Amino acid sequence: MKSFTAHKGLVAPMDRANVDTDMIIPKQFLKSIKRTGFGKNLFDESRYLDEGLPDQSCEGRSLNPDFPLNLARYQGASVLLARENFGCGSSREHAPWALDDYGFRSVIAASFADIFYNNCFKNGLLPVVLEPARMDQLFKEMYATQGYELAVDLHDQSVTTPGGDVFSFEVDEFRRQCLLEGLDDIDLTLQHADEIRAFEEQYKSHAPWVFGTIKGG
Amino acid sequence: MAKTLYDKLWDAHLIKQRDDGSALIYIDRHIIHEVTSPQAFEGLRLAGREPWRLDTNIATPDHNVPTTVKERASGVAGIEDLVSRIQVTTLDDNCDEFGILEYAINDKRQGIVHVIGPESGACLPGMTVVCGDSHTATNGAVGALAYGIGTSEVEHVLATQCLVSKKMNNMLVKINGELSEGVTAKDVILAIIGEIGTAGGSGYAIEFGGQVIRDMSMEGRMTVCNMAIEAGARAGMVAVDQTTIDYVKGRPFAPTGNKWTQAVAAWQELHSDEAAEFDHVVELDGASIEPQVSWGTSPEMVVPVSGQVPDPATVSDPVKKEGIERALDYMGLKAGQAIQDIALDKVFIGSCTNSRIEDMRAAAQVVRGRKKAESIALAMVVPGSGLVKAQAEGEGLDKIFTDAGFEWREPGCSMCLAMNADKLGNGEHCASTSNRNFESRQGYGGRTHLVSPAMAAAAAIAGYFVDVREFTGDTS
Ligand code: SF4
Repeated sequence: MKSFTAHKGLVAPMDRANVDTDMIIPKQFLKSIKRTGFGKNLFDESRYLDEGLPDQSCEGRSLNPDFPLNLARYQGASVLLARENFGCGSSREHAPWALDDYGFRSVIAASFADIFYNNCFKNGLLPVVLEPARMDQLFKEMYATQGYELAVDLHDQSVTTPGGDVFSFEVDEFRRQCLLEGLDDIDLTLQHADEIRAFEEQYKSHAPWVFGTIKGG
Repeated sequence: MAKTLYDKLWDAHLIKQRDDGSALIYIDRHIIHEVTSPQAFEGLRLAGREPWRLDTNIATPDHNVPTTVKERASGVAGIEDLVSRIQVTTLDDNCDEFGILEYAINDKRQGIVHVIGPESGACLPGMTVVCGDSHTATNGAVGALAYGIGTSEVEHVLATQCLVSKKMNNMLVKINGELSEGVTAKDVILAIIGEIGTAGGSGYAIEFGGQVIRDMSMEGRMTVCNMAIEAGARAGMVAVDQTTIDYVKGRPFAPTGNKWTQAVAAWQELHSDEAAEFDHVVELDGASIEPQVSWGTSPEMVVPVSGQVPDPATVSDPVKKEGIERALDYMGLKAGQAIQDIALDKVFIGSCTNSRIEDMRAAAQVVRGRKKAESIALAMVVPGSGLVKAQAEGEGLDKIFTDAGFEWREPGCSMCLAMNADKLGNGEHCASTSNRNFESRQGYGGRTHLVSPAMAAAAAIAGYFVDVREFTGDTS
């Protein structure tokens, strides 16, 4: 798994509540059987003026001039600021894949939908939750300052503004460790293979109907 | 200590609790579809791993499958969209390679993942059920802990039969009293989401209870649990009672004989203890719930059919206000416009929320002997599985729909998310029994209004939204 320790980068806004996963990566791109290449279609419907199709080159498509990611000042952004309930909707991991592929390393929001939040950690993308009042401050500073950068540190669990404000954030210890070290969580779980087997044995003895009914094809 | 249903399900599957709050949880059932699995199988292959167990997985293609008889006739080869065809073929190949049971495209048991789980008895009370799809919560209706996962977790479950999870908080949503005639499970869940918002259930597992839920059929409970995710919760569930047990009995993967007796005895415990404490409780009065219609681009943007589209001028929170303005603009609606004044173009009856037999019957009952309004360009009914389709046809429901000018289709997700050819055109308004009204969800620029099957059927006949409780079919 990709690791994340600390990152400092240019900040871009997605300034609306309830940004859903259909907005982050529309369904037509979910037909891909790969994990990569979704960046060019990140926020496709807000970013382009026409309807995007899978396997289509995005060069030459007309860009929505009002969409932040299309503005010169946000080119090369790697930290995304968002509002409440970012990533709500489907479980598609294509959403963090698209953000990552575009070049984002961290999303800072007032809150996240549960599945999206979880999926980010699997892909080296750090979701950071800050209080709404702090989000307001960051949005304000970012709009007011060209080239606004934030430093996100997973080790210290902090976000540092150019003005020197330091905001700390919470993150589960297990997820933090996995991300810091880029651990493969399947490997980690398989270290407990004996415990899983032991659990299965006792479980089978009192709930035998859970096992053996479905036959592989 | 008194436990909630969720506590019991969690404890029964806990392999290991870590000090940092994370836990290793055992997964009983894993359902797979074509969209969120290819990268997981690829991951297994690259790491040289095998599935931990084969008798736990069941797969079916649903999102990409065409629903017209013609395109379906020649199976996978008949899928006109090449990219869709590759994805469905990839699922077939992966299931073959890894030895996983698949209900392939034209198997009569094929259907939407969340419909076939309970229908086949693959998802039973007391189980942990996961699928790379957020509406997995549907299965919670049978008294299971069911939730959606991402593709990395699909791979993790395949390889280890476990997930690393953190226990959620407990929420009880209690619907008291009785529903009035014509008000259905869909209206109940839309009203709940209208009440608590799309983030209201974040971090919680929701148990739905109260008299209304106890009186509800299994199909209705599935509709309610299905949309737990639209209320922000990964999992929704209902306690096991006689309705559950009657539903499960005799299903293909349900236990029989001694095992059945033993299972039923264990399942009787699957309810929250009297003294169990919830972190949060929401109560609604069933009698006060009217048929609901969503007007905006988030499922919480919902009002009773007698209501109006809200006016952003009356909202003070700037983020909310802007959200309403943006939604009105996208939906092409005016502040204060009556719901019954919205002109409709298409009607979609289907999706994992409302494509089970009871939904087909509810819609057919409204449609019987009537005709689709001229102004409705397309009214389509898409059963949730091949078995639902066969049963509906056995009851003559297909005929009722086609006589009224509706299209009767092959099973799949269809226009719920429009990954196949079933799409809304730019700017078209659709009365839809699905679960999401996000921008472009049903087609680029499409405008979705979420409603119950009976409400969708009535809208197809009238050409606009009508209160199904007063609907006589007389449009003159
Ligand atoms: S019917 Fe719609 S919501 Fe349900 S699984 Fe299919 S696409 Fe998802």
